[in-house]
Amino acid sequence: MRPVAVVGIGKTAFGAFPDRDLRSLAVEAGQKALEDAHAKPEQIEAFYLGNFAGPSFVGQNHLAPYVAAGMGIIGIPATRFEAACASSGAAFFNAVSAVAAGIYDVVLVTGVEKMTSQPTPKVTEILAGAGDLCGEVRAGATFPALFAMIARRHMYQYGTTREQMAAVAVKNHANGAKNPLAHMRKVITMEQALSGKPISEPLTVYDCSLISDGAASVVIAPLERASEFTGKPVRVLGISQASDNVALDEKDDITTLRAVKTSAAKAYKMAGVSPADIQFAEVHDCFTIAEILATEDLGFVEKGEGGPYALSGKTCLQGERPINTSGGLKAKGHPVGATGVGQICDVVQQIRGAAGERQIARNQLGLAQNLGGSGATSVVTILGAA
Amino acid sequence: MTSPGSGTIYTETVVYSPPEAYVNDVPYQLAIIQLENGRRLTGRIDGERAHVGDKVTFVDFRNSVAFFRKAA
Repeated sequence: MRPVAVVGIGKTAFGAFPDRDLRSLAVEAGQKALEDAHAKPEQIEAFYLGNFAGPSFVGQNHLAPYVAAGMGIIGIPATRFEAACASSGAAFFNAVSAVAAGIYDVVLVTGVEKMTSQPTPKVTEILAGAGDLCGEVRAGATFPALFAMIARRHMYQYGTTREQMAAVAVKNHANGAKNPLAHMRKVITMEQALSGKPISEPLTVYDCSLISDGAASVVIAPLERASEFTGKPVRVLGISQASDNVALDEKDDITTLRAVKTSAAKAYKMAGVSPADIQFAEVHDCFTIAEILATEDLGFVEKGEGGPYALSGKTCLQGERPINTSGGLKAKGHPVGATGVGQICDVVQQIRGAAGERQIARNQLGLAQNLGGSGATSVVTILGAA
Repeated sequence: MTSPGSGTIYTETVVYSPPEAYVNDVPYQLAIIQLENGRRLTGRIDGERAHVGDKVTFVDFRNSVAFFRKAA
């Protein structure tokens, strides 16, 4: 296996963009990544697209060649990966695997989602397609409801509180306010976070990530060729993808996301590091409780300690291990198919020292955790300065 | 369909923001029931609000969805 590096990154702003279509968002992100890598479209040997529900949200299928052609990339393998909200994490994992194996050298990975053209009940229904339609979804489960039930059980087993969950939202909004590409650049108070409109008890609107449009791209290459593209390559030190049951009621213990633990253990082993070595992380806070679970399942704290950890300040921008310096899915936005690659871009930006107002000092070893559904897909990536 | 019998609430929520198919049902209580046969099932709770650990009994199936009620 050859070492692989990220040599170019590019993102659109995340937000609600009524005048933009799916392809134009993906093309913008792809072209920015190519430009950042000083690469020409004809140098790209394969195109990996992460997209959850383009066919449902906008009706378009056959998305990978459609998007690639919009970037002037024609003739190479172009394939779409679907793994719910981990779609572009899965695309990135498969792209890195192909480059590491020596199948390709220069590969473009893009994640995109165009969600805001549908009304909220329709978006809720499309997203619920990542659950078990014959069981939980038929009974009336939405994604907020599934994570609300995870939260309720976590509160019951470990004493996790509404205030601890709200602390995640307050922190991520504070970070998002400093991110020029974030969907919601608005600081919120603890009082606001605790008194939001209920979505699915105990979750309020402030516990839920945003419905967004957006795209993100990276160019990857073997580390030995990285200097052809950038002076600041970032190495993929470890990466792993894992799966689990789709239905929440088929999981033994819903307070632990087994696929996250499995993929994290493999990624740590590949990178030769331990959870304690990770200096900062972008984790999949689709709901505030999901960030609490992630800090536990990634091994930053023991099971049940994620709530107190969230409230401790240790995960803030100035804390000992900043989490979601981008604002996370909560404030940066969550165009679901773009989220996995977006997280990679955010970690690379920190390692390059290019995160502006959000730049942290201990920035040499970062982790990205991308989750699909209520935990049926997890991709964990560990990135470090090359 | 055979009755899933009774069980206890493993976890629950009350949904206020519904999918398109259930816009007329909100708010409704959804729960994962730990059944006495050892399995878990996602269903709806009718009537009085039930909490984690509460015993519930099966009421009926409506459109293939199991409805339960808090045990007296």
